[in-house]
Amino acid sequence: MMTETILAGFGGQGILFAGKMLAYFGLMDNKEVSWLPSYGPEMRGGTANCSVCISDDAVGSPLVTEPDVLIVMNGPSYDKFINDVKPGGIAIIDSTLIETKCTRDDIKCFYVPSTQMAEEQGLKGMANIILIGKLIKETGIASDEVIRKALEKIIPPAKAQLIDKNLKAISLGMEV
Amino acid sequence: MERKLMKGNEALAEAAIRAGCKCFFGYPITPQTEISAYMSKRMPKVGGVFLQAESEVSAINMVYGCASSGIRCMTSSSSPGVSLKSEGVSYIAGADLPCVIINVMRGGPGLGGIQPSQADYWQATKALGHGDFQLLVYAPSSVQEMADTVTKAFDLADKYRMPALILADGLLGQMMEPVAFEDVDISFGDGSDKEWAARGHNNERKHNISNSLYLKPDELEDRIVERFKRYDVIKANHTEAECYKTDDAELIITAYGSVARIAKAAVDAARAKGIKVGLFRPITLWPFPEKELKAACANAENVLCVEMSMGQMIEDVKLALECKKNVEFFGRTGGIVPKPSEILAKIVEMTQKGAE
Repeated sequence: MMTETILAGFGGQGILFAGKMLAYFGLMDNKEVSWLPSYGPEMRGGTANCSVCISDDAVGSPLVTEPDVLIVMNGPSYDKFINDVKPGGIAIIDSTLIETKCTRDDIKCFYVPSTQMAEEQGLKGMANIILIGKLIKETGIASDEVIRKALEKIIPPAKAQLIDKNLKAISLGMEV
Repeated sequence: MERKLMKGNEALAEAAIRAGCKCFFGYPITPQTEISAYMSKRMPKVGGVFLQAESEVSAINMVYGCASSGIRCMTSSSSPGVSLKSEGVSYIAGADLPCVIINVMRGGPGLGGIQPSQADYWQATKALGHGDFQLLVYAPSSVQEMADTVTKAFDLADKYRMPALILADGLLGQMMEPVAFEDVDISFGDGSDKEWAARGHNNERKHNISNSLYLKPDELEDRIVERFKRYDVIKANHTEAECYKTDDAELIITAYGSVARIAKAAVDAARAKGIKVGLFRPITLWPFPEKELKAACANAENVLCVEMSMGQMIEDVKLALECKKNVEFFGRTGGIVPKPSEILAKIVEMTQKGAE
């Protein structure tokens, strides 16, 4: 079993961090994982994306071209990746920033106004994590225990207060 | 051992320090700058040296000087920067000094691009500089191997007094994967175990000189012949390769580095269609694992070489097989990473042609 995910949006939205969190869910669950960022000119003030693979066996290509799951946080990235999602796959879309509605009927789309939700809930800058919460709900990729362990790994002790904020953002996403 | 997620560049840097690399001389260039960044953070904490040189040429000459003293040292760059280092590499080889050089390849020639590539195979295995010499060349294929091969590179470089190169690419450098390190106490040698090292000796012995200049042809020839005898020992003892599902394979894919893992995904997809395909992955590119390749291809009719270049390793594949097999090529270049589906399409094409 292998789950391939692409996360995409603007630089500064925490796309790479959200991808890292997802990779840590796999690591804490004793799975094989890979995380590959886009690097290069598109990062500087433009779009950012990363590929995350979580698998029972060794990961072959870390570069995801046909994702099972797409998390997308801006229009240009939506246009770039929406048609690549595998039939039967899912797309989780920040509907505060992306107005387009998907016309594909072979994938499941979830529209989450995560940027707006984050602002209303005092979680500014954590729209990415709300979308991760939605991903957990739809795929069951991480248990509560795994989520907590992963957060403890990626958030340095000096910023431990952020663990609760991330948990809050995840549960918001799971309730949508 | 605890597994943690690290970028290939960072895992390689950490492994180098654990292997006793005391001095790192760097210069930034995408996609390998994380090596320098990691070294700059870590080296001061463990009592090593991080030095950002003013250019790639300076960095390799600092390595030349440091290696002369018997201290383990390293430099890293990416394709255009490695070309700049080539003069220094030749001098280091000519002076028979051990060191480790990293090339995290990007597209070329010239400034090329910054996305992953394997177009420096010829440079790494045939001629990273002028003169009669070889480098030991390792081609890791995962983040764990980025760490493991650097340790081997330091050990063999010391043993045979020659530079070793890790030939990685932007994909391996930038990606994160789980990696585990054995518990070791970090300790740096002082070079005193190397009788050739140019280091302080209180006039208790004749002084050592590191030099690559031999104006008398017979003297220079002797040096080179002696060096090539060492190369023969290396060829006989230190080739490494991985075979994946090659036993019953009718078609063997040859691929190294990051492309090998993509090829592996294609092998699995072809096997699911009932096509008997296997993967042969050289881990050492010099010495090239000729015997191992011949053995892996014993029952195969066809060989497919897959690279992120226009086809460079394919020449070594053909040489090793003495042109007795049909060897075909599939590659993407310029920074494009091949998809498993593209490799699978080529596999299907070759096996159908064979069936006709």
